[in-house]
Amino acid sequence: MFSLVILITAVLNGLLTGAVYALVALGLTLIYGVLHIINFAHGALLSAALFAAFFAFKLLGLDPYLAALLLAPAFFVLGYALQRLVIGPVSHGNDRNMLLVTLGLSVVIENFLLYAFRADTRTIDVPYAFQTIDLGFTFLPIPRLIGFVVVFAVALALWVFMRFTDVGKAIRAVAKEKLGAQLVGIDVAHVYAMTFGLGTACVAIAACLLIPTFYVNPTVGEAFVLIAFTIVVLGGMGSVPGALIGGLLIGVVESLSGLFFGESLGQLGIFLIFIAVLLVKPTGLFGAKA
Amino acid sequence: MVEPLLSVERVSCRFGGLLAVNGASLKAEAGRITALIGPNGAGKTTLFAIISGFQRASEGVVRYRGESITGLPPYELARRGIARTFQIVQPFAGLSARENILVGAHLRHPKRSDALAVADIVGREVGLGDLLDRSANTLTIAGRKRLELARALATEPKLLLLDEVLAGLNPTEIREIVPIIRRLCERGVTILMIEHVMQAVMSLSQHVFVLAEGSIIAAGTPAEVAADRAVVEAYLGHGAVKKLGGAYG
Amino acid sequence: MKGLAPITAAVAALAAVPLVVQSNTALNFLVMTLLIALAGQGWNVLGGYGGQYSFGHAAFFGTGVYVTAILQVHYGVNAWFSFAAGIAGGAAVGALIGALTFRVGLRGSYFALVTLAFAEVLRIIASVAPITGAGVGILIKLDLRVAAFQFQSRAVFYWIILALVSISLLIAQAIERSRFGAWLIAVRENEDAAKALGVNVGRVKLGAMIVSAAITAAAGCFYAQYFLFVDSGIAYGTRTSIEALLTPIIGGVGTVFGPLLGALAVNALSEGAKLVAGDAPGLSLIVYGCVLVLVIAFAPRGLIGLVEMARLRVARSTTREAAHG
Repeated sequence: MFSLVILITAVLNGLLTGAVYALVALGLTLIYGVLHIINFAHGALLSAALFAAFFAFKLLGLDPYLAALLLAPAFFVLGYALQRLVIGPVSHGNDRNMLLVTLGLSVVIENFLLYAFRADTRTIDVPYAFQTIDLGFTFLPIPRLIGFVVVFAVALALWVFMRFTDVGKAIRAVAKEKLGAQLVGIDVAHVYAMTFGLGTACVAIAACLLIPTFYVNPTVGEAFVLIAFTIVVLGGMGSVPGALIGGLLIGVVESLSGLFFGESLGQLGIFLIFIAVLLVKPTGLFGAKA
Repeated sequence: MVEPLLSVERVSCRFGGLLAVNGASLKAEAGRITALIGPNGAGKTTLFAIISGFQRASEGVVRYRGESITGLPPYELARRGIARTFQIVQPFAGLSARENILVGAHLRHPKRSDALAVADIVGREVGLGDLLDRSANTLTIAGRKRLELARALATEPKLLLLDEVLAGLNPTEIREIVPIIRRLCERGVTILMIEHVMQAVMSLSQHVFVLAEGSIIAAGTPAEVAADRAVVEAYLGHGAVKKLGGAYG
Repeated sequence: MKGLAPITAAVAALAAVPLVVQSNTALNFLVMTLLIALAGQGWNVLGGYGGQYSFGHAAFFGTGVYVTAILQVHYGVNAWFSFAAGIAGGAAVGALIGALTFRVGLRGSYFALVTLAFAEVLRIIASVAPITGAGVGILIKLDLRVAAFQFQSRAVFYWIILALVSISLLIAQAIERSRFGAWLIAVRENEDAAKALGVNVGRVKLGAMIVSAAITAAAGCFYAQYFLFVDSGIAYGTRTSIEALLTPIIGGVGTVFGPLLGALAVNALSEGAKLVAGDAPGLSLIVYGCVLVLVIAFAPRGLIGLVEMARLRVARSTTREAAHG
């Protein structure tokens, strides 16, 4: 049916795209693992980051990969502020309220983007957008390759951060045992906000990696985030390796189904997998908590 | 020989590598108060969870009135007449005390007016008479314990499982609740209680089972069990009997 | 009967409105308010009384919309029968989603996520399937006859939606006073404790879901007949899901009149925003989102909760005066 070369290319492309999915999922799973909330605003934040990267390019002439150095800290601060000043105080610790607040935030952010920038789809033109690297039997797009490498670099950096820095240890402590962490003097509100900031920074980096080959409009974030949710649920809520492996897996599945079934059914398929996983094994392949 | 109301037969419960309950067997005779005691971490609450349908047993059978009830869900057990209280009280925080008890009463009384009447009676029986209209989360710990008891009672159970109902109460509060429990037994409700408050165990129960590290290590009347070497060692540590001298046989 | 007095009074007052108000714009506003209220009344049964927050109630609204439209347009079925079928269809979807999710014990965030996913799946299918008109939507032919459930006078539509809302008020009150309601509220407050008291939690949640879906589906059916045009964005879109949950939350979750009050607030906000800033895309939803966060922050029990707190404060200060007097 399809030649081996085409199949392998599809798999490789799937891995490359999957890496970026994994980064978005990483942010989500980090937030869930520590705060135990599902961040419904994640998608809207991705859309916002994409717009930010777009305008960084158009107005400041910043190449997306350089923009990441600016946007990651900026979105970290945004995420920190959102959790510290809005989500945390407003929910009074109540789970149901937290759900609603993140939903409310997502609606506000996404529709603010819609109101301010309309629904038109935008793209940017970078010189290397269509450059490929020649592997001999096939070609791979350079931006996606760069994306793949960056994602793993970020994952590694996060791992080092969590293992070896004081803040990282505090985050892990709060994730495991909040009350105990409070008792030893850890400022839980600060840790929560740091985690939310980190998750949002991941999203900002993912946006910069996506923008050379992807488009920007207010609802794109939602689509990505559903995929991210699927990955997180599949890989296990709160599991970092789960998010990475799940991301790569979903990327390959999407690429292969696009090959066999056509593009439009792609999103539907993801949703159905998502529902199926939630119903069959909500704790995912690697997760422990439900 | 009358069949016991509740019979737990060689029940085990495994969590991954941990054997929380190891071949435990106990009986609760109808119309009596039976106590389940043991040091912390012995597996008492796990055993309770198995009996009341909140936890699956890995092995063994639980029989109620001769029939196996192993694996039945909690709501089905409640319908058959088994009610329980929780070690950490679980009130319906947003509702009044009366509305809390109402939920239990509704099991046997579909009509709201009937159920409200029953809730009133049961509320008074446990001494919550003046507090019935108060919100459940404004009650003191003693009040909440009584509420927990009242809710379970409102389901008109034949077997009542009390999980450390006296925990967290001061001596006066304990002195007030013990007669209520005794009266229940006199009314014909069979009681199986997990308890740490030894004076209550001694004065209330007719039969005691001791669980340590997942296994039943002793059974008998309160006096027999108190004098049992294995029981003392389980609570006070290995070698305690020797240290305490010749008091134990 | 003392119990029915508040509902009867409210309905009577609302029913008299078209006799006084003649302007089409005003009547349209009121019809939309009652429509949103009905959708919210549905959400309130599952979310307010049952504590299960669905983020995808559009799944039921949209099913009502499409069943009503498709039966009429593609199969020539009588409009009134299509309306009833739409409600049944919504209830069936509710039963399906409920059976799948509650059997597995999904709650909290996971439940919200799954309901969101179901609504999205339906939206995507509706946006490509030929029978729903794909990207174009379905147009119901204008046929101003009673038999076709279409009326010249807006007042008649108003009274019909008011009748539906009244039924939902009665249902809410019946739930509050029944054993089912007591059990549903117990499930909301503490599932484990409810189980220990003999409540079949799964069955209770499923029952609530079916009633909830049917009521919200009815709102969808009415929408189809009132606007005569439906598409996937209107039927299954996020805006509908948000409106369905926002109205009870603003008005007061788990109360009989909450969604009605909330709907008035929501629609007023939406129209107000349009007046001030023009009919820009996304504006209403920005307002909705902000209001949602503000309500959770400052008035989590909604408008009715605020009234209750004020009443308690007055009662307390008068007893204090009486004690010191």
